Amino acid sequence: MYRYDEFDHQLVAERVAQFRHQVKRRLDGQLTEDQFKPLRLMNGLYLQLHAYMLRVNVPYGVLSAHQLRKLAHIARRYDRDYGHFTTRQNIQYNWISLEDTADILAELAEVEMNAMQSSGNCVRNITADPLAGRARDEIEDPRPWCELIRQYSILNPEFSYLPRKFKIAVTGAPKDRAAVAVHDIGLRMHHDAHGKPGFEVIVGGGQGRTPVIGKTIRDWIEPEEILAYIEAILRVYNLYGRRDNLYKARIKILVNALGLDAFRELVETEYEAMRGQALAVPAAEQERIAAYFQPPAWESGSDLDAELDTLRAADQDFARWFDSNVSAHKAPGYAIVTLSLKATGQEPGDLSADRMDAVADLADRYSLGELRVTHRQNLVFTDVKQSQLQALHRELQALQLATPNIGLLTDMIACPGLDYCALANARSIPVAQDISRHFAAADKLLEIGELSINISGCMNACGHHHVANIGILGVNKKGKEFFQITLGGAADESAALGDRLGPGLPQNELPGAIETLVDKYLELRTSESESFLETYRRVGMTPFKTAVYGDDAARRVA
Amino acid sequence: MALIKNHELTPDTYTRIAGDAELPDQGGVLVDLQRWQDDWQSLGRRGSPVGVWLTSDQHPEIIADDLDQIDLVALEFPSFRDGRAYSYARLLRDRYGFSGELRAVGDVLPDQLLYMHRVGFDAFELAGQDPLSDYQTALEEFDVFYQPAADARATALRLRHARG
Repeated sequence: MYRYDEFDHQLVAERVAQFRHQVKRRLDGQLTEDQFKPLRLMNGLYLQLHAYMLRVNVPYGVLSAHQLRKLAHIARRYDRDYGHFTTRQNIQYNWISLEDTADILAELAEVEMNAMQSSGNCVRNITADPLAGRARDEIEDPRPWCELIRQYSILNPEFSYLPRKFKIAVTGAPKDRAAVAVHDIGLRMHHDAHGKPGFEVIVGGGQGRTPVIGKTIRDWIEPEEILAYIEAILRVYNLYGRRDNLYKARIKILVNALGLDAFRELVETEYEAMRGQALAVPAAEQERIAAYFQPPAWESGSDLDAELDTLRAADQDFARWFDSNVSAHKAPGYAIVTLSLKATGQEPGDLSADRMDAVADLADRYSLGELRVTHRQNLVFTDVKQSQLQALHRELQALQLATPNIGLLTDMIACPGLDYCALANARSIPVAQDISRHFAAADKLLEIGELSINISGCMNACGHHHVANIGILGVNKKGKEFFQITLGGAADESAALGDRLGPGLPQNELPGAIETLVDKYLELRTSESESFLETYRRVGMTPFKTAVYGDDAARRVA
Repeated sequence: MALIKNHELTPDTYTRIAGDAELPDQGGVLVDLQRWQDDWQSLGRRGSPVGVWLTSDQHPEIIADDLDQIDLVALEFPSFRDGRAYSYARLLRDRYGFSGELRAVGDVLPDQLLYMHRVGFDAFELAGQDPLSDYQTALEEFDVFYQPAADARATALRLRHARG
């Protein structure tokens, strides 16, 4: 992984000192709350319903065991013994005091972490495929480019007061595990005919009140020009993005208002004026950063297919876990293991300080000290020897981190909702917990197969409900919480927005409604290999609507 | 309100002209875009410096062809949150080659000064009890810069590879 050199260390130290001074000026009354707000946001500090929340960047989801121990320490010393992993591969602490913040940032700097620009109207944490550099299907490792873009975006003098927040995601694999189509900029790496990498640039995707699937603005950009192209997009956005209405300020609104072709023309004009100049990435810098991401010294070996088959036959728990939580590694003899932060009844993405320490120890022992945070709010061990899978499984079971549900129904994304968030209309976490308990049986989950459920507590859609196979949106009608269901969304390479099923349901009817939808799918699917999404795309909304609301209601709401 | 120019407190030698108000007999004047477009010839004949004040919805491209006759461009921040003028400044310096005074006016606060300086501003209208001290503190807060901008500061990238 990337390591800070003296320049990176100094910049972060200067940033901490600056923020310490800003907090002091705020407490002295030299800064108004209005003036202070963007400054604290750009240091990750967000005011929630009950307290300050601090959001710490995990750059493109890459974390070391050493860093995780520091995160555990911060949870213990400054918060309430836990942290929450987010859909942008970050970690949030929910009970922070303003006076402690600079000290926390100083502690993070010791382990080469920071909270810069994790909030505010600026370029946020760069996210990536959590399996980057390891997945067997990968074309090109996106991490060196993420690091380049990270540095380019940090304290960028021109783009720190954008119309609204700006999110960039990068993937180097055909299977999109980074949801690049629902980001302000999504980058997808490809190879040309000679095997040289380049970027496809997708722009104007996003969720929120106006969900949009991003559009490809350019099929190919040379990697050394990627910063110039990003700058061209950012400049056009900074100049022409709306600033009069918070809800119409994201780049997707600008792209839609101008039309993709007119937007592209503005960007290309900017780009042509800049290409090959100061932002062109010198080969030496590409090499310097790429060197940090060289594969570790994997032991040479071969896949243990036969041995693993024997283990699976003998141990049903292991078999279930292997089938859902273990994925193919590019090095023979190794595997990628996802730790589920979605145990039955758990708050999705939460991890206690003690378990953070335990996970850090396991990462050292089983995964060369490295792990990842996924945008679906789980953790990943990147380099597990196949021969150690069974031992690791037992240790993870003891920590309740081996729930065999990755990619399955109970691997839900949920926003913090009304339990924490000042914007929310409804609770999300209890809804997730209800569904999780209702579908606790592992066999049923495996039978249902691949299925995503995402829950947002309001239309800002932090829980990604638009792009879930089954999306749940909390709304408040006359003081009561209701939940609207959408079907058919997807966040992967077939990205799509869900369609609304019908009128909202009260919380206590949700688990039953989801069971109805799932049973209908099981009845309709042509084979076990046809996923919920595929069935939905084949048969459409009507049978599902009828199943939940009955014939009459389905006609009425159609 | 104090004017800091080229890192020093400086008397403002420009008179701000509201709309089509009468011009003083001599001395620099700072006019709005409409006045410049109406009177650019007579303003030029005065033989004194001319500045043009642009609001945040006036793209400096409008005056890009006039810049050899303009000594000062003032870019207004109606609120410190409105970041358009950062890009305007970059374009004026890097694209249109403007080398005159580029002044930040409006809601100009210490916490944004370094960014403003980096994108090409060299003059700042600042409020506060000790604006020069605020300015110096703000500009000294960082010694490391990741991205090239319109200033002469060396980027981390350049320094990394220069040391060999």
